[in-house]
Amino acid sequence: MLNKTLAELAKGLEQGEFSSVELTQAYLERIKNEDSKYNSFITVTEELALQQATAADTSRAAGNATAMTGLPIAHKDIFCTEGVRTSAGSKMLDNFISPYDATVVRKFNAAGTVTLGKTNMDEFAMGSSNESSFYGPTRNPWDTDRVPGGSSGGSAAAIAAGLTPAATGTDTGGSIRQPAAFCNLTGLKPTYGRVSRYGMIAYASSLDQGGPMAHTAEDAAMMMNVMAGTDPLDSTSAERNVPDYTANLDAPLTGLKIGLPKEFFSARLDPAMATLIQTAVKEYEALGATIKEVSLPNTALSVPAYYIIAPAEASSNLSRFDGVRYGYRCEDPKDLEDMYKRTRGEGFGSEVKRRIMVGTYALSEGFYDAYYKKAQQIRRLIQQDFIRVLSEVDVIMGPTTPTPAFKLGEKTSDPVDMYMEDIFTLSLNLAGLPGMSIPCGMTNGLPVGLQIIGNYFAEEKLLNVAHKFQQATDWHTLKPAGL
Amino acid sequence: MEWETVIGLEIHAQLATTTKIFSGASTAFGAEPNTQACAVDLALPGTLPVFNENALRMAVMFGTAIDAEISKVSVFDRKNYFYPDLPKGYQTSQLFYPIVGKGFIDIELEDGTTKRIGVTRAHLEEDAGKSLHEEFANMTGIDLNRAGTPLLEIVSEPDMSSAEEAVAYARKIHALVTSLGICDGNMAEGSFRCDCNVSVRYKGEALGNRTETKNINSFRFIEKAIKGEVERQIDILEDGGRIPQETRLYDADKDETRSMRSKEEANDYRYFPCPDLLPIVIDDDYIDAIRNALPELPDIRRIRFVDTYQLSDYDAGVLSAYKPLSDYFETVATLSGDAKLAANWIMGELSKHLNQHDTDIKNSPVSADQLGGLIQRIKDNTVSGNIAKKVFEAMWNEGGSADDIIEAKGLKQVTDSGAIEKIVDEVISSNQKQVDQYVAAEPDKRGKMIGFFMGQVMKVSGGKANPGQVQGMMKQKLDALCS
Repeated sequence: MLNKTLAELAKGLEQGEFSSVELTQAYLERIKNEDSKYNSFITVTEELALQQATAADTSRAAGNATAMTGLPIAHKDIFCTEGVRTSAGSKMLDNFISPYDATVVRKFNAAGTVTLGKTNMDEFAMGSSNESSFYGPTRNPWDTDRVPGGSSGGSAAAIAAGLTPAATGTDTGGSIRQPAAFCNLTGLKPTYGRVSRYGMIAYASSLDQGGPMAHTAEDAAMMMNVMAGTDPLDSTSAERNVPDYTANLDAPLTGLKIGLPKEFFSARLDPAMATLIQTAVKEYEALGATIKEVSLPNTALSVPAYYIIAPAEASSNLSRFDGVRYGYRCEDPKDLEDMYKRTRGEGFGSEVKRRIMVGTYALSEGFYDAYYKKAQQIRRLIQQDFIRVLSEVDVIMGPTTPTPAFKLGEKTSDPVDMYMEDIFTLSLNLAGLPGMSIPCGMTNGLPVGLQIIGNYFAEEKLLNVAHKFQQATDWHTLKPAGL
Repeated sequence: MEWETVIGLEIHAQLATTTKIFSGASTAFGAEPNTQACAVDLALPGTLPVFNENALRMAVMFGTAIDAEISKVSVFDRKNYFYPDLPKGYQTSQLFYPIVGKGFIDIELEDGTTKRIGVTRAHLEEDAGKSLHEEFANMTGIDLNRAGTPLLEIVSEPDMSSAEEAVAYARKIHALVTSLGICDGNMAEGSFRCDCNVSVRYKGEALGNRTETKNINSFRFIEKAIKGEVERQIDILEDGGRIPQETRLYDADKDETRSMRSKEEANDYRYFPCPDLLPIVIDDDYIDAIRNALPELPDIRRIRFVDTYQLSDYDAGVLSAYKPLSDYFETVATLSGDAKLAANWIMGELSKHLNQHDTDIKNSPVSADQLGGLIQRIKDNTVSGNIAKKVFEAMWNEGGSADDIIEAKGLKQVTDSGAIEKIVDEVISSNQKQVDQYVAAEPDKRGKMIGFFMGQVMKVSGGKANPGQVQGMMKQKLDALCS
């Protein structure tokens, strides 16, 4: 019963092939036996999971089951979960038991899902490799010498290793799409504001967005039906009706206009990957789409703009971790200043400290205009590029990442090299647009992701475009050796 | 050369919303520490602010009341600094686009003229919590009940040139915000606090360096702090020194200001727009609706008090300045049917008692109904003015209506002419010496001498004899002896 998609498991539960408790036990068993190889979970919530599974079975027996009832999932450890440690991958919150549920968690609980545990991540979602986690790096099930991507690398590895059928992730600069690409998964970063950020520990508030990670577009659509929607607790959530994301998955793609931005096929892109992307695009032509070369001229500016805006917001967002009310506090502080300095010096890892310092500098008096304000201007230019292109085409396609999964330690010594990893994903966050990554082939035994970008609130279209590809190909069904 | 003082005030008025500016927690004063701080106020990871629209409405009320420009778009910014009672590590405020722009208020000077004081701006922000140092040995207690209470910071132009003007301005703002019902005006509880920016210069010369004395919470202290600060600055300058730009604290016990931090030590607050809150966008309809629904403003009320109740300008000014006092006065005036007497009693006996007991008109143990009832009894000669003070004293201490107290204590005025005649005869017969002097005196001197006999009658009657009747009868009887 494992190695199935959410949709298949839902059918199995519905038809009584297995109960939610049996399914949950099987996953918990596999996590117990296998996760030492991947380190994809920070916390396994066995007791909670079995309790929720029992409730789901009871609910089903009473005839009250809905689409997600009894389905096990995992949550990135950035979503606050009542009564469960919520660490954001940081020593700072190693002792933090959240007294409340994030809106996303609350919605999944209400939909009857079973929480298997909390997945590993780059500390405070700052990273592209999961190597900055206080709980140690997560390993890619396709090659355990390689990273699973980040910052939602724990969610990606757990799904790829068959330890959960699906998981939540968050994406500030590519943190859902890049790990999905590295682990042969389907990941969706929704439009900014589509999914509530309440209870999702903030990295960069104007860029952060939660979304689903799963094997298929259909599974992602099922999760979006739960996650999406207005939240009175999040002022930036969109007041807009939520469609049934599973309703139009099969709509034909005849006449779909696809834009290929020339800037996404630059020298930085691995040539073998470029070929796989082109092949995928040909597949879309076969499905009835037309192709057009387009230009997003400010793409190269997205990395510097992102690495001003995101750290600036982070430097402020992370100020609350001061040792006063919760979380880590240094031992025997001499005075207030000593407490602040040592608490934050000892509680944060080096990448987090680097970004706090960059952000603090960018917002400093005398530098604000040159950095933060300028970056916001670039952000508008990038957004205008997308709006212009998306008035000409329905979706934009390109690679999710410039390279396939790299080796652990390969990029940790050079932060800028690591930051360039996000060149194709960052610009969407700056523009607030939705984007997906879906499997489109393998190079040297490593998965490659095709990125699909749509207009604001076009998640339904993106899922349809992804689903049709998955009906026509079987890249998404490939599993790492031994699974 | 003559010294000139330049003063600008920053007034923090706590807005009288029932819940906090960015959370649903109560704003009530005086609860057990940290019982009115919810997840948002505690700045738990993942929590987000949601703006309380009542605070907006109140800010716009203030803006329209001072004929200020109201911003159609205003934006919340983060003011970043570390302090233990500032849970998020930043204060959400409005720097770049405040809700209220330029306006003005007229103050009345002692010579009867008015002076126009410019209001530069007024912006919304959240209050911090409180640090409690006394009760914990070597530790600091943090109470976050106040954290997130909405404040309107009202910034004046440096238009005031004496402590008296500053106090008149502060009183005027106080009258306005309490009349509007947007602030309870309770200075002892910190609902209305004042920062005083003071500098001195030789008349006509460029502005001198200013100091800012923070968080003064009484009108008397404003006056004392400014006077002391002006003296201090002039002393330094006349000794050839210079005034460092700095923040100072007023110590009411020592009646002096002392340095808190210099400009050089000042924080770089790294202001930037808060990405968790959308800009506040309002239109003319919204503003006009509020403008049209404004309650009576103190200046209008003052004029009405002069016109309707024939009060003096001074009495009308005092009674119109504070809404609860105005309401109290109008109730007493209506009940008693004598506005002048009502004004005298409120500004005399009642104010004296309120001051002695350091309490506010809203908490007065003598209600407007009670005082109105007492004045009725003065008017219908049931009690004299002197006896009424005794009744008032009893009301203040023990409660009860004027009639009940007069009855219970037997204070009813004696108007029975038979009874009064008996006392008069008794006084005449037992003071033969004074009677002889009266008879011997020149007729035009006798008028003054009658006071002695009056006093004796009042003494014997316990103050209850009707003075008018006593006077008439005594004069008649003494004069009869003279002929």
